[in-house]
Amino acid sequence: MRVSIGPLQYHWPRAKLDEFYQAARDSRADIVYLGETVCSKRREYRLADWLETGKMLREAGKEVVLSTMALIEAESELSSLKRILDNGLFPIEANDMAAVETLQEWGLPFVAGPTINAYNGHTLKELQACGMRRWLPPVELSGQEIATILAEFRELVPNADLDVEIWTYGRLPLAYSARCFTARALNLPKDQCDFRCIDYPQGMPIDSQEGEPLFTLNGIQTQSGKIQNLCTHLDELPTRGATILRVSPLDLSTLRLVDALVAAVRSDQPFEFPLDASRHCDGYWRGAAGMLGQAQEPGESGSPVAPQP
Amino acid sequence: MELVCPAGNLPSLKAAVDAGADAVYIGFRNDTNARAFPSLNFDRETAAQGIRYAHRHARKVFVALNTYPQPRGMARWIEAAETALQLGADALILADIGLMRLLRDRYPDARLHLSVQGSATNRQALKFYREHFDIQRAVLPRVLSMSQIRSLAAHTSTPLEVFGFGGLCIMAEGRCHLSSYLTGDSPNKTGVCSPAWAVRWTETTQGLESRLNGVLIDRFTAAEAAGYPTLCKGRFALDGNILHALEEPTSLNTLHLLPDLHQAGVVAIKIEGRQRSLSYVRRVTEVWRNALDCLLADPNAFRVREAWDAQLADLSEGHQTTLGAYERPWQ
Repeated sequence: MRVSIGPLQYHWPRAKLDEFYQAARDSRADIVYLGETVCSKRREYRLADWLETGKMLREAGKEVVLSTMALIEAESELSSLKRILDNGLFPIEANDMAAVETLQEWGLPFVAGPTINAYNGHTLKELQACGMRRWLPPVELSGQEIATILAEFRELVPNADLDVEIWTYGRLPLAYSARCFTARALNLPKDQCDFRCIDYPQGMPIDSQEGEPLFTLNGIQTQSGKIQNLCTHLDELPTRGATILRVSPLDLSTLRLVDALVAAVRSDQPFEFPLDASRHCDGYWRGAAGMLGQAQEPGESGSPVAPQP
Repeated sequence: MELVCPAGNLPSLKAAVDAGADAVYIGFRNDTNARAFPSLNFDRETAAQGIRYAHRHARKVFVALNTYPQPRGMARWIEAAETALQLGADALILADIGLMRLLRDRYPDARLHLSVQGSATNRQALKFYREHFDIQRAVLPRVLSMSQIRSLAAHTSTPLEVFGFGGLCIMAEGRCHLSSYLTGDSPNKTGVCSPAWAVRWTETTQGLESRLNGVLIDRFTAAEAAGYPTLCKGRFALDGNILHALEEPTSLNTLHLLPDLHQAGVVAIKIEGRQRSLSYVRRVTEVWRNALDCLLADPNAFRVREAWDAQLADLSEGHQTTLGAYERPWQ
């Protein structure tokens, strides 16, 4: 299995992006995804900067992929998308059917990202015919469901060349809206947001009224409150079809986790990295509610329940 | 401009037809559609009766098969589609491209619509569905502004259907996993959001609490109307404040945009609410039929009547309505 650094989901200042990707160059990651997937207004790095960063990483031996936006509404966003797809240097992660359509028209292979809906083998077959060569399943699928989908796909398309990348570590992208929740939380209109999400390098946490972490607001994206951590399932991941493990950046320290993960995968040793399990979840992978952590069952987090009077 | 109304059972379908719906959309009684609620929806016999009733009145019936077929579960969706086609359904509403491929190959003449769950929000995505599967109409997610809809309608050859009234999804449909994050069930996987099985109500000293799979979604004082705990409309803690962090409990109402939608070339208005009562279906259909008739008779003279707004507010969540994303300030 190889290890990837997913596209940064947050809005960081340029200097922090420089620092992070220089450190990523020195990390043991095999693959680095670059680009903006959440909000087209974020422009600390423009396309030229992402391409320069990509070249720097490629020279250091990394495979580089350019990720694209999940929610594309305006004509201007379609034009930006086209410029990214037309970059001529790096392959693309498609996160909307607009990208799939264009890449298929141009005959270019692509990675299907987590917001491309593929829940069965027939859908994978269709995407593969469009040029998909790597699949990152929707985050709500379980390990078992992913294995079943792949088995169904391989019956339909024997000998297909398909990498399977699993969201192994990081906050889960759960939803996208027209509304900017960060701007709304700060009582700012979306059109005059002042790019304030730059002040929240890991988003804004929202908790239940009982203090239970629920979600994380990141502009128009809603993420999980907890961090999905499948590093405790390293033995099982390849048996479900995983060929690449994705780590989604939270901060610079994420790169140390990447190194520990690479070490574990390469040496067949247990994964050793200090982590706070109370902040983690792996429910989706086990076929349960996504928010649940290791062996935690539904209802444990709440108080006693009673029917409505 | 077509009025497309919801029906969760045969009496509601008849009420929608009687009240002036041009088309009624329904689903079967399983997880093949995005309102897979207990004791809702149609079996083969009631669907047959409903389609006969609608056709006798020269109206159409669309069948929603708009969840994503589960791994090795495709046969159930194909069976539902074939049943619908055998019974004479006028269109199938689909989200999954695997299902679209199988149906398009087997039934080249079937009329296929793209469900809102297909999440197409731009002309290039619409082109994908049209070129690959000959999709003849697309329902737009409730995330686009009026000016974006106008631009989209001008740039696409796919006829567009937009939501006019009903429950307001604030997330791009088909791209929302909030419900499965808390409960394991989601619109894409099992055709439900904030499922009823996970809801618990508890009277406490702090008020009436609503929970979803154990998670506190809201807490109501005696003076407040307690709404269903749809998780994106709960009150949560953000930076020390308790508030509706994602969205207020409110419904979508685009009556005031009807002339704009008409002028933009939108071909159909969709009413949300297959899970709602017969009386809801009848009353909403009556108001929108009336409004559409006024609009089509003389688009320049169209004015929203106070009575229409009042009747719709009465049928809305929290008795509040919003223009949602259609109106920029909402964003």
